[in-house]
Amino acid sequence: MSMLEDYARVAGPDVVAQLRQLAAHLVGAKVVHVNSTRVGGGVAEILTKLVPLMEELGLQTRWEVINGEGEFFECTKAMHNTLQGNRIPIGDSLLRAYERTNAANADALGPVLKEADFVIVHDPQPAALLSHVPDRKGRWVWRCHIDASRPFRPVWKYLRKYVEPYDASIFSLAAFAQELPHPQYLIPPSIDPLSDKNVDLDTLEIKRVLEQYRIDPERPLISQVSRFDRFKDPIGVIEAYRIAKRSLPALQLVLAGGGATDDPEGETVLREVELAAQGDADTHVLLLPADAHREINALQRASDIVLQKSLREGFGLTVTEAMWKGKPVIGGNVGGIRLQVINHNTGFLVNTPEGAALRMRYLLHQPDRIRAMGEKAHKFVRDNFLVTRHLREYLTLMVALLHRAHDRIELS
Amino acid sequence: MLATEPTNSGGRIEPFSIKDCALVALATGKKARTLQEFRSEFERIEVASIYHHFWGGLLQPRFEEREFNNDFASWMGHSIHDLTLAERLAAVSPTEFTDLAALRREILDLIDARLDEAEHLLWTPATRQFEFVCSQIVVFDTEQRLHEPEDLAGAAANFSTSSIFYHFIDARRRTDSGRDDFSDWLAAFGPGFEALRKQLAGIDPYFGNLSELRDELARSFMSYFGGSSP
Repeated sequence: MSMLEDYARVAGPDVVAQLRQLAAHLVGAKVVHVNSTRVGGGVAEILTKLVPLMEELGLQTRWEVINGEGEFFECTKAMHNTLQGNRIPIGDSLLRAYERTNAANADALGPVLKEADFVIVHDPQPAALLSHVPDRKGRWVWRCHIDASRPFRPVWKYLRKYVEPYDASIFSLAAFAQELPHPQYLIPPSIDPLSDKNVDLDTLEIKRVLEQYRIDPERPLISQVSRFDRFKDPIGVIEAYRIAKRSLPALQLVLAGGGATDDPEGETVLREVELAAQGDADTHVLLLPADAHREINALQRASDIVLQKSLREGFGLTVTEAMWKGKPVIGGNVGGIRLQVINHNTGFLVNTPEGAALRMRYLLHQPDRIRAMGEKAHKFVRDNFLVTRHLREYLTLMVALLHRAHDRIELS
Repeated sequence: MLATEPTNSGGRIEPFSIKDCALVALATGKKARTLQEFRSEFERIEVASIYHHFWGGLLQPRFEEREFNNDFASWMGHSIHDLTLAERLAAVSPTEFTDLAALRREILDLIDARLDEAEHLLWTPATRQFEFVCSQIVVFDTEQRLHEPEDLAGAAANFSTSSIFYHFIDARRRTDSGRDDFSDWLAAFGPGFEALRKQLAGIDPYFGNLSELRDELARSFMSYFGGSSP
């Protein structure tokens, strides 16, 4: 059975038929996705499925990962943080490392990039590649996965000169879009319902994972799954849990995350979180390997409520994953979380640890409400945030770029 | 251009071509942080953006049980926190306007009337800014054809929701008649289908979602053709 047929079973045959009809106008097109890591983080997860699906639809699709050394990733992590609002200048030596790395990768990828009909460059890490491919043939699109609504201006100014020459850019939300001299598309990301992280699991497998991490299946459990990153506010989650535990002594918390090869700060934040969690046997801080997808799936499914108390968030795919599993989400009132957590319907938006604790207490006292919100959350994801919708929007954008961006394009 | 072009050339009516569409949103770069800014941007914003915020959103990720049924009303309620204006804007049905310019005028009138009542709203900062968005629509042929009006009865339930959007909503903006594609096609068969066309005209596409609209259309065709043709 083809991948597309598998997706037709989850998303509906009409959804897949539509993809085939749209892709028929792009068959044979050479598409290259470029990012900076093959594992870890939402971008790599999306590409893992998007690339083979595009191939199955007849587009010649490649996924290239740029190589870099410590200084390069130090620079791109700083770019990531400053685009999300941290006001820390990036030193010249790091910026030179950024430029050198992009130049070297452009050399290595030369013919692939030159010949492509579409090059989709993900996030700031490879953004400067375009400046090294003057004789490019196709359309180049910069895909920004970050909440860049309030970037630190000096860093954005530096990056903007690399982004401006692109034919288009993509942001996850209108609030993230910046002033650029080309069309700025708005495409939220998505989850793959058939991946190990999201497929249905049997109760035995979930139980085994809980046993493995010494979590009591009989007591209420809340969890946050995300990288150990200050913008995800893991310390705020521990604070919220402690407030809620005063009135719900049986409560357990899981903070689970993996490392990503392009995130040098992760270890430091993990140490801070472990320190904050010390002395409470019911707080489980789990550093999981990048391929622990089924464990993460089980932990989310075992949770009564899922948290994503981010202070900044591009989109928050862990929110989407939790909602797909029928869990209400208590999320930070920021970025793409607002697009998914519909206050009082699919979960709650909160601004403080106190707010998160209040909503935990409210929900854990009302199992029926948890169930009803979870059902709404699942349906909302099925209709809007599966990879099939994401793929359709990419195909639509490609067709639009080929037709030089008229507001209505009639294909014959 | 009509999707269906029901021309009666040499006595033969062209089959109904089932088309589908996909929509992708674009940022316009226009934003508003107060009602005054909103009014000023709204007055000049391209009609494609007004269209998107009233209609295009049906094909975009959004929660179906919305408190207010257009983005403007929702912003007035949730970010300007003026429920009076939010309710008035939510009550505006775009199907009642001949074109988007008239719809724009109506919205501006409602804002101005509200500002006459509560001048402080002019400088009340929004808790979240409004971003004006527009969209591009790509239309493609499904290669499926309906030859007789009766075929609608079996086919409508299997239309994709975006196809329903294209033929029943987008058609009003696209065609000279300002009607949906089904009605235009039925008209080519003569007065026999007048009752069905009236029934279609009575379906309000604005309140509800596309799946519900598809179900309602399918029910109308099924009950009309129920066994015997006119």
